[in-house]
Order: sequence, then C-alpha cells, then structure tokens
Amino acid sequence: MKHFKAIIASIALFVMFAGTAVQAKVEIQWWHAFGGRLGELLDEQVNKFNASQDKYTVVHTRKGNYSETLNAGIAAFRAGQHPNILMVFEVGTASLMAAKGAYVPMYQLMKDAGQRFNPKGFVSAVSGYYTTTDGKMLSMPYNSSTPVLWVNKDLMKKAGLDPEMDLSTWKKVGNALDAAKAKGIDMPFCTCWHSWVHLENFSAYHNIPFATKSNGFAGLDTELSFNSPVHIKHIQTLGKWAQEGKFKYMGRRNEAGKNFRAGECMLMTESSAGYAGIKKQAKFEFGIRHLPYYGGTEAPQNTIIGGSSLWALSGKSKEENKATAAFLAFLSKTDIQAKWHQDTGYLGVTTAAAKKTKSSGFYKANPGTDLAGIQMMRNKVTQNSKGLRLGSFDQIRGIIDEEMEGVYSGKKTAQVALDSAVRRGNVLLRRFERANK
Amino acid sequence: MEKRVFFKGWWLPALLVAPQLLISFVFFFYPSGQAIWNSLFLPDPFGLKTEFVGLDNFRFLLSDPYYLASFKTTVIFSTAVSVSSMALGLYLAALADRLIKGAGVYQTLLIWPYAIAPAIAGVLWLFMFNGNIGLASYYLKALGYEWNHTLKGDQAMFLVILASSWGRISYNFLFFLAGLQAIPKSIIEAAAIDGASFWKRFGTIVIPLLSPITFFLLVVNIVYAFFDTFGVIHTITSGGPEQSTTILVYKVFSDGFVSQDLGSSAAQSVILLVLVGILTVIQFKYIERKVHY
Repeated sequence: MKHFKAIIASIALFVMFAGTAVQAKVEIQWWHAFGGRLGELLDEQVNKFNASQDKYTVVHTRKGNYSETLNAGIAAFRAGQHPNILMVFEVGTASLMAAKGAYVPMYQLMKDAGQRFNPKGFVSAVSGYYTTTDGKMLSMPYNSSTPVLWVNKDLMKKAGLDPEMDLSTWKKVGNALDAAKAKGIDMPFCTCWHSWVHLENFSAYHNIPFATKSNGFAGLDTELSFNSPVHIKHIQTLGKWAQEGKFKYMGRRNEAGKNFRAGECMLMTESSAGYAGIKKQAKFEFGIRHLPYYGGTEAPQNTIIGGSSLWALSGKSKEENKATAAFLAFLSKTDIQAKWHQDTGYLGVTTAAAKKTKSSGFYKANPGTDLAGIQMMRNKVTQNSKGLRLGSFDQIRGIIDEEMEGVYSGKKTAQVALDSAVRRGNVLLRRFERANK
Repeated sequence: MEKRVFFKGWWLPALLVAPQLLISFVFFFYPSGQAIWNSLFLPDPFGLKTEFVGLDNFRFLLSDPYYLASFKTTVIFSTAVSVSSMALGLYLAALADRLIKGAGVYQTLLIWPYAIAPAIAGVLWLFMFNGNIGLASYYLKALGYEWNHTLKGDQAMFLVILASSWGRISYNFLFFLAGLQAIPKSIIEAAAIDGASFWKRFGTIVIPLLSPITFFLLVVNIVYAFFDTFGVIHTITSGGPEQSTTILVYKVFSDGFVSQDLGSSAAQSVILLVLVGILTVIQFKYIERKVHY
C-alpha cells in the first residue's frame, strides 16, 4: 500500500512538471472536416501560424465530414471535452446561434483579447450569414463557396456540341443533354449537394422563398415553402432526366465529383470549390459557367454560400481564448485569404483578398474562377437571397435528399415529394422552435 | 436427475451473484433507466436546457410514417439476415461434416469472415458494388443490369442483407458443425441400415437433434440483426435511399447522434427495449416448447 501511494505521488509530480513545461506555450485545438487537398492546404495555414509566433500552438484534427464534425463537437461539448475552435458548416449555423452559452461570439472574443478586428472587411454576402439581425458577428467565415456549372469540354465536342455554347438556362442545358444522350454519352449530367444546389440556391437565384420569415432570418417560427410551381418544375425536370438516363444520381454529397474528375460526366453542378480537385485531377479541358436558371422568372438574382465558419466554443480559459482570437485574426489576413481563394476555388471572404487576387491577374490566367464571386454579388440581396437560417437543417436536408431520391427513381412526382418534404421538415422546425424557445 | 446445492447463510450466494448483478446494473438497468427518463424530455443539442414534455416524444414518433415504416423494414431485414445466414451455415456445416480429407482447412476458411468487424465488412461490400469503381457493379452493367443502390431501395436492402449475413454464416456454421459432430454416429448408421435415405435421416434425426442449437442461433441471430448490423448499414447506405434500409436501431443512432434529437432517440430506445422484451418472451414461451434437449 505504501508503495502504491509513492507511485501515485510520483506520477502526480511528474504530471505537474510536465504540465508546467508545456504551459510555456498555450495550445489550442481546432476540429475541422477537411481531408484530401483541402486538408493539406489547411495544415499549411496552421503551420504558418505556429511558425509565425512563439506564444501559441494550434493543433488541428479532422473529425470526418461536415456533419460528423458538428456532431463530434456537440457531443464533446456535452462531455466538457470540446475543442477551442469548431468548424461548423453553414447548415449548422442556426443550431449554433440558438445555443447561446455554447460559444463566445466573435466580436466578444476579439474585444476581450484586444485583437483588431474589422467585421466590415468581410464580403457582406458572406458575413451576413453569420451575423445577428442587430449586426453582431458571431463566427468567423472560413470557407465559402457557391454552386456553378462545370463543363467537360472534351465530352461536349464528342457530343457534337460547341464547348462554348450558351448554357445559361436549364432549357439550353436540356438541349445539350438530349444531344449528348443521342451520341451515346453515358453520363450527360450529374450533380453534387442536391438540396443545396437545386432547392436552396435555386430559390435564391430565382428570388423565391425557400422558407417564410426571410428564410428563417426573421424568427424561429419559419415554415418551409420550397414546393412552389417553379421548384416543382425544376425537380420534375431533374426526375425526367433521371428516368431518361441523362442525369445519373451518384449520392447525396459530392460523390458525383469523382465521375466528373474521371471524365465520365459532361455537365456537373457542384460548388465552386470543386476547383482544387478538378484542377489537380482532370485530364480533359474543363470550363466553369454560371449556374443555369429558368427564363421568364426573376432569375438570375444571386446565389448563396455554402461552406463553413469557425466558432469559438465557450468554457475555455482567458489565455486560450486569446490564442483563439490571435489565430482567427491571422486567418483573416489578406495574403492568407487570397492564397486560400486561389488554391481552392472558395470565395475570397474579405474584400481585400478579392481585390488582391484581381490585381494579381489570377482571374485572367484562370478563366472562370471569378464567376462564383460575380454570381454571388451580382444583385442587391433580397429577403429570399440572403441565405438560410433554419434549425435542425442538417436533418431537414436529409429529408429533402430522401424525397428527391424518390423523384429520381420514379417512385414519386416532384409535387408529392416536395409537399412531403415541406410537411416533414416543418415538423422538425416546430420541434426545434420548441427546444430553443 | 437434477442436482441442487443449498448454501447456508446468505452472504456467500450474495457475493457470488454480486458481480453479475453489478454488471447488469451498470450496463443494463442504469442505461435503461436513463433512456426512460430522457424519453420524457426535449433537450437542446448542447445540453444547455431541457424541457419536460411527458409522452410527446412518443406521440411525435408514432405519428411519423417513416418511423412506422421502419418496423416493417426491420422485420424484413432481420428475417432475411437470420434465415439466409442460418440456412447457408447449416448447408455448409452439413457438407463440412462429411469431409474426410482437409476438413480443418475448409473449416478454418469458412470461419474466417467472422473475424471481420461489421463496419469493415460493410466497406468491403460497398467497394464491390460502388457505382464508380465497384467490380460487381461493373460486371452487372456489362450484363445489362443497372446497379445503383444509392437510388434503388431494393438493391440497397439486398446489399445490406448480403453484407450482414456474410460474416454471420461463419458463426452459424461453427455452431451447426459442432452440433452435427455431437450427434452420435451410431443413431445415423442404425437409421441407414434400416434403409432411411439421406434426406429422411436429415429430417427425422439430425434436425430434431439440432433443435437446441437452432433455437439458440435463432435468438442470437435476431438479436444480431436487430442491434449489431448497425455498422454495416452506416457504412453502406446510411439508412437510405429514402430510409429504405433504416432499421429501428439505426434510426435510434441517426436521430440521436446525427440529428442530435436525444429526446426522440431515447423514446425510440424505450420502444425498442419493450419490443425486444416481447420478442424474447415469445421465443422462449412458444418456440422453445418445440425444442428437444
């Protein structure tokens, strides 16, 4: 027994000393969702920060895809084992915002740490997503993209089409797909992120509400409204294309990107951030176009963002919060942002970074990389095109995905599927409203 | 003849059953109690606040047509997994039992898949049937059959049943083989001398003598299909398309850990608890009567 006590005591002493040795540098944790090329670029940013000063160390850990990262963060918060910084994709924004006390708002964090921080420096179409109605910025925009149309020019030629042909409307896209199918092209059209591209962005682009109360910005008592005639027309069109073998469904997230990069798919709707992977892997000539729309509507309005922001979780020491603030301020620096924008295809989230990229001649050298930015900021933002702020939205997206699968497989009409998705989604919105009153 | 041993005093028997009681309490009664308690609340995901809602979580669930559909999915899935893996296990065991040379090699190879964790098995099968790179889907396409389990519910169901049964065949094989080897050869030989054919012998001697093992395997396989196949489903389909492979336990997971709706998830656990309780009672009360020990 005496021995045992001695061992415990020595372990305790060791831990204490080891602890003080490390304390010389404040270490903070960042949980994120980036692997592959994006993961490498993220690692580069962290290394640059760690090398740039000797007070703080940032340790980053990949926790799976966006949803898995958010869930890991929430589960860890319940257990009191959460990281300092959590990457939350735009869909989780409303959940975080409603969880007052789970995070330190960005403006507060920066003020407490005495960091210079200018929320006005961010592109408003991006920062608006993460800012309260009374103008307080709650999280720091990290990666933001918007959907565009990717074109495999080699396959266009094979289909006997002019690779520079007008693809601005879905009708023209439909004609191109007909021609491709007739020439025996196996996968004329594919898409990533169904709900995000074909309902959420579709709504903003056509200036029709995705949900009431300014898409949820104006209150928790919002209701889904993406079963309007224009929505139904579009989803029905996709369903018809799927039945005719012109559109191949590959999965709910960005699975179709693989087919495009492998040169199988002729036209793909995917985030502008598909750029990093396509540029690296595509062995064909590709082009970037604006997202198509329907004529005779209010389109093209503007598209909205997808991507993530970084949240400083609460319950951390003052020192650690200071480190977090320093790191986030570092990330918003112009050269870091400009490099990130050029490497990945994500938007330059600060105006300075966008300006710098333009003056460096990057857009001229890489045609199409400026389209995402233009498409997002082409018009004055309306109630319908500000973005979405809906609770339990990851779950609602799951419902939308399910219902859309029903349309693609020919089991349901677009009307039935979208009505059902709205009804089921509203149940979850009411549940969220109740849990967050 | 039953042998009964009686203890004098109470502390020794209490001490002997204490570990089992402790384990039951820590791993069963405590979590079940927690689940029942939590099923009455509606917490926010971060656990910052919670509201007592009585039976609202249950009302919410039972009015959800997809939850009700999940019962049917579970029945189809569990039946298919149990029946197919047991039938194949028995078939292979009957063949292996008749082997004279190299029995050890065959047996080892047949048991092998059991060593693979369900999630890994799921990934393996997913690879073969992947729409982009899968060999199986490639050859099916060459034969003119369009394989896309991300869109077609019946194909997705087939794939998760296949992947779940695969490792299970080994397990069932092992028990059936042991059971077959425990049947005295003399009984079978006597029947053979009386002129009973192979099928006659199998049906009237082997099957009844295997019934304790079959019953055990039935219970274990159903429990497996209900609870342990979760890894396979998560890796292959995540319950889709259109929830066509969402079995009850997967819904508990996805509502609880993916959607962070812990109230609903707890309520589902309670329903599942009751359901499995009823199922076990039925099995022991009605099916076990037909078992000859």
